[in-house]
Amino acid sequence: MNDVGGMHGFGAIDTEDAGATFHHEWEARVFAINRLLLKAGIYNLDEFRDAIERMEPADYLDASYYERWLAGVERLLVEKGITDNV
Amino acid sequence: MSHSHEHDHEASAAISNRVKHLIGTLERRGILTESQVDATIHSFLSKARPANGFRVVARAWVDGEFKQRLLTDATSAVGELGVDLSHWAPVRIRAVENTHALHNVIVCTLCSCYPLSLLGPSPTWYKSEAYRSRVVRDPRSVLDEFGVRLAPDKEVRVWDSTSELRYFVVPERPAGTGSLSEAELGELVTTNGLIGTALV
Repeated sequence: MNDVGGMHGFGAIDTEDAGATFHHEWEARVFAINRLLLKAGIYNLDEFRDAIERMEPADYLDASYYERWLAGVERLLVEKGITDNV
Repeated sequence: MSHSHEHDHEASAAISNRVKHLIGTLERRGILTESQVDATIHSFLSKARPANGFRVVARAWVDGEFKQRLLTDATSAVGELGVDLSHWAPVRIRAVENTHALHNVIVCTLCSCYPLSLLGPSPTWYKSEAYRSRVVRDPRSVLDEFGVRLAPDKEVRVWDSTSELRYFVVPERPAGTGSLSEAELGELVTTNGLIGTALV
């Protein structure tokens, strides 16, 4: 679902919405966890993007930006055998 | 996403716990520590600022040789100004220059790749499906929504970023700025200008 180039139907762009860097503290933490796991070589950036792409389309569209990141990180950690399925 | 405020608040508390749990697990497995997480956030927020990009553009406007180096090999030219490009993965940066005949705009249709070190955290709209899906298909309508109206004969190029290669736009130096200093020029540059959704 992640690869949306050329798709129709997403409507107008909220051009005024520059947004805060992080809306919640947990978002900053997810950002940092991902950066540290990439640095540690637990997975690479393409695997991370692919993990987000493999979300169910409905879950993907319902999730906020950093919720998608968290879902991707959690999925990869389970697949790599680092954490147990929750 | 039309969630109520209350729903957002509850959902956020649940996710916050999920993240805490995750950090605890990773800490027990010896993969990372809570203090590394805090240090990473602090370092990112203090170093990755759009002011880096503004400085690079202002230098390119006043120094033709620097501009040539920037357009040839932006990764090393940007390094000359002391901007730290150490992303989590080896990332190359490419500068694309606006001219009277050409306007550039950047996007990441696959996800949200963006030259963070140079431009700071990306605007929310840059990560939206609405922007990512349409700017590659109909850039002029997107630019119009941002208030950028281009002459019909001006070429528009859309640069789709990847994790390894990220673009930024060098806007045209505005007319009538001949007497401004490099620092003053830097103050004219905007984040949207570096993305291509504004002229400066």
